Amino acid sequence: MIAKKISCSVNGRKVALEVDVRASLLDILRDSLHLTGVKKGCSVGECGACTVLIDGEPYDSCIYLAVWADGKDINTIEGEYKEGKLSKVQQAFVDEGAVQCGFCTPGFIMSTTAMAQSGRKFTREEIKRELSGHMCRCTGYQNIIKAAQKALED
Amino acid sequence: LTAVKALRLIEVEYEQYEPILTAEAALREGAIEIHEGTKNIIAQSEYHLGDLHEALAQADEIFEDEFSTSTVQPCALENHSAYAYMDGSGRIVVCTSTQIPHICRRVVGQALGIPWGRVRVIKPFVGGGFGSKQDVVVEPLVAFLTTVVGGRPVKLAFTREETFVASRVRHAIYFKFKTGVKKDGAIVASALKAVSVNGGYASHGHAIVDNSGEKFRHLYDQQAIKFEATTVYTNMPSAGAMRGYGIPQVMFALDCHMEDIARALQMDPLLFRLKNLNKEGYTDTLLGIVAHTNGLPECIARGRQLIRWDEKKAVRRRQTGSKRRGLGMACFCYTAGTYPLNLEIAGARIVMNQDGSVQLQVGAVEMGQGSDTVFSQMAAETIGIPVDMVHLISEQDTEITPFDTGAYASRQTYISGMAVKKAAAEIKDKVLRHCRVMTDIPPQDLDIVDAWIVYQHNGARIMPLAEVALDGYYNLAHAAPFTADVTNSAGTNALSYGCTFTEVEVDLATGKVEVLEIYNVHDSGKIINPQLAEGQVHGGVSMGLGYALYEQMIFDPGTGKPLNNNFLDYKLITTMDTPEIGVGFVETDEPTAPYGNKSMGEPPVMSPAPAIRNAILDATGIKFNELPMNPHRLFERFKAEGLI
Repeated sequence: MIAKKISCSVNGRKVALEVDVRASLLDILRDSLHLTGVKKGCSVGECGACTVLIDGEPYDSCIYLAVWADGKDINTIEGEYKEGKLSKVQQAFVDEGAVQCGFCTPGFIMSTTAMAQSGRKFTREEIKRELSGHMCRCTGYQNIIKAAQKALED
Repeated sequence: LTAVKALRLIEVEYEQYEPILTAEAALREGAIEIHEGTKNIIAQSEYHLGDLHEALAQADEIFEDEFSTSTVQPCALENHSAYAYMDGSGRIVVCTSTQIPHICRRVVGQALGIPWGRVRVIKPFVGGGFGSKQDVVVEPLVAFLTTVVGGRPVKLAFTREETFVASRVRHAIYFKFKTGVKKDGAIVASALKAVSVNGGYASHGHAIVDNSGEKFRHLYDQQAIKFEATTVYTNMPSAGAMRGYGIPQVMFALDCHMEDIARALQMDPLLFRLKNLNKEGYTDTLLGIVAHTNGLPECIARGRQLIRWDEKKAVRRRQTGSKRRGLGMACFCYTAGTYPLNLEIAGARIVMNQDGSVQLQVGAVEMGQGSDTVFSQMAAETIGIPVDMVHLISEQDTEITPFDTGAYASRQTYISGMAVKKAAAEIKDKVLRHCRVMTDIPPQDLDIVDAWIVYQHNGARIMPLAEVALDGYYNLAHAAPFTADVTNSAGTNALSYGCTFTEVEVDLATGKVEVLEIYNVHDSGKIINPQLAEGQVHGGVSMGLGYALYEQMIFDPGTGKPLNNNFLDYKLITTMDTPEIGVGFVETDEPTAPYGNKSMGEPPVMSPAPAIRNAILDATGIKFNELPMNPHRLFERFKAEGLI
């Protein structure tokens, strides 16, 4: 195993780690940092469950090498609940009944959060396109789209 | 080194067998037996209701048709995974993503040949199941392996590719219908033959096709029925439970067949169905299931209105362009649980805390469908407290939670719900009896409303529930905390109904089907939680659309290797493929249910595929009797029929 030292920020906290050069960011987040809200649904960038924000952009962390995260600012679902309060996006998902089993939810929330932070306006069609890289088997996407619309309002 | 040398000297000759991937191949004369002595047949069954020949002799016309469905995978977003370790006393602890923790415990005990009490199964949050986790797949192996490594933890987590081929899939079933009908459109009898394709191991085996044979007879009135079914072993992945348990398959065959008969008789397909539906009061003579309620005629009326059926039918002329629109509908019926074929028991336990809030333990399994939420609502409603005073233990632990057979057959709200209701009623009764000790007021004059003890006749508040609860713990003479531990053994079943109405646009040039509108209208009895119930319909319809239009596991016919066991090549619906899904409920009040409710979880997936097929028929005049109706299949067929 070839290891490399990286340092990055995860949910606002500085982290220094020694990582296997073959490891994905997903592996490191789950296994080393115990951020198990980052879900592993396929490991090959198909389902979107492992989406995290890297410098504000949504990425499938399963196909992003951990070594590439050196110097980056990473946000996971664990960082969204602050001071006893859900984020606006999280609250919209709760209010609209957009969560069933919850496995795909962190990924959807992170992508929607990136959209919210962009400050741009999105039509319903654009929201659908932005979220099309996430798979959900429970909800038929209806309430997820509604929740995203609600979170991106005003 | 010697071993390496020896290895080089060994010559292996492989005799390559043709993979058995279809029912025909499995049943062919001289086919290789996957399990010796079985002739590749897992089981066969048949039943007769009335005299088929006599009934068919009265028919004016007889219609015969064949249908087939595809092998699909539940695709829960969380793959199958479990870990096991041994605790200090040598017991095996299995933590697993399962729908059936209590059954899992028994199967692990049986597999390892150890007393079941030495196995403890824990079910944390589950990332979806849809039936594939209503089976024991990875658990016995990790339970065994931990015993080999001195009790250290052993984990087995499937990759997505493994989940596709090594967990469970939905049985592909071939159906052959023969139905006799009177000139006026009354169905007199039908014969249904079914061949169900399983994999190399039985899993739920023949039960799925048997279930399709049972449910199809509850929908339409007939004097005689003959059902014959065979389930075969093949080299396909093992098939097991998947949302609907054989019913999406049979409803596809049945309600396409009904559509074709109505059209052949030049009858309105809606009127044809309404004429033949079993009515309220229908009693199934084989199982004794009674339809105390049947809201299907109203569901059809609502669907017709939502999609503006009559209006659209009236203006639709002969279409000639490349894009053609059509309307379609289909019905289904379903049960709640498996009684009387199987025992249906469910446990619930309630302990009232000193502050009047309660701890609720159920053996039923939350896996995203919202059962924990509705059980909390039920306990709150029956006791008379706000729902935030109910603390439910969501994690299943066979060490702690009461026995329940689990999440399947859309049974929990109906069967486990009754256990919760009985336990909550017992708690309320104990509270009011204790009030008598404190106030001398007879229990029958009291009630609990919003966590207050009140007079029943005028609702006037007497004292907070918390005061009674606390006294129940500390009364010097009569301390007896309020607890209940109930098992409900259901001796009933209830039929739920519903229908799908849809409008599609078929592009003849590409074979692509766009779903313009789709509505599912359900009679699931009283709706306990409208938002969650709608969510179930959305998800079920979405799965049904995938079943209709896209999903199919494909195998190399030469080698049997899976060709699309991943999310890139197996077409799962995304946000881009999803039309708006309209939902309607016709609420009946089921007398055998705890709160008037009937089954809700599986039903939404049952009627979208035949409704889409009937809409494509309406648009193009072409009958597609095979699933899925993907562009490839449509395009080839349109070419063959000279439409393009």
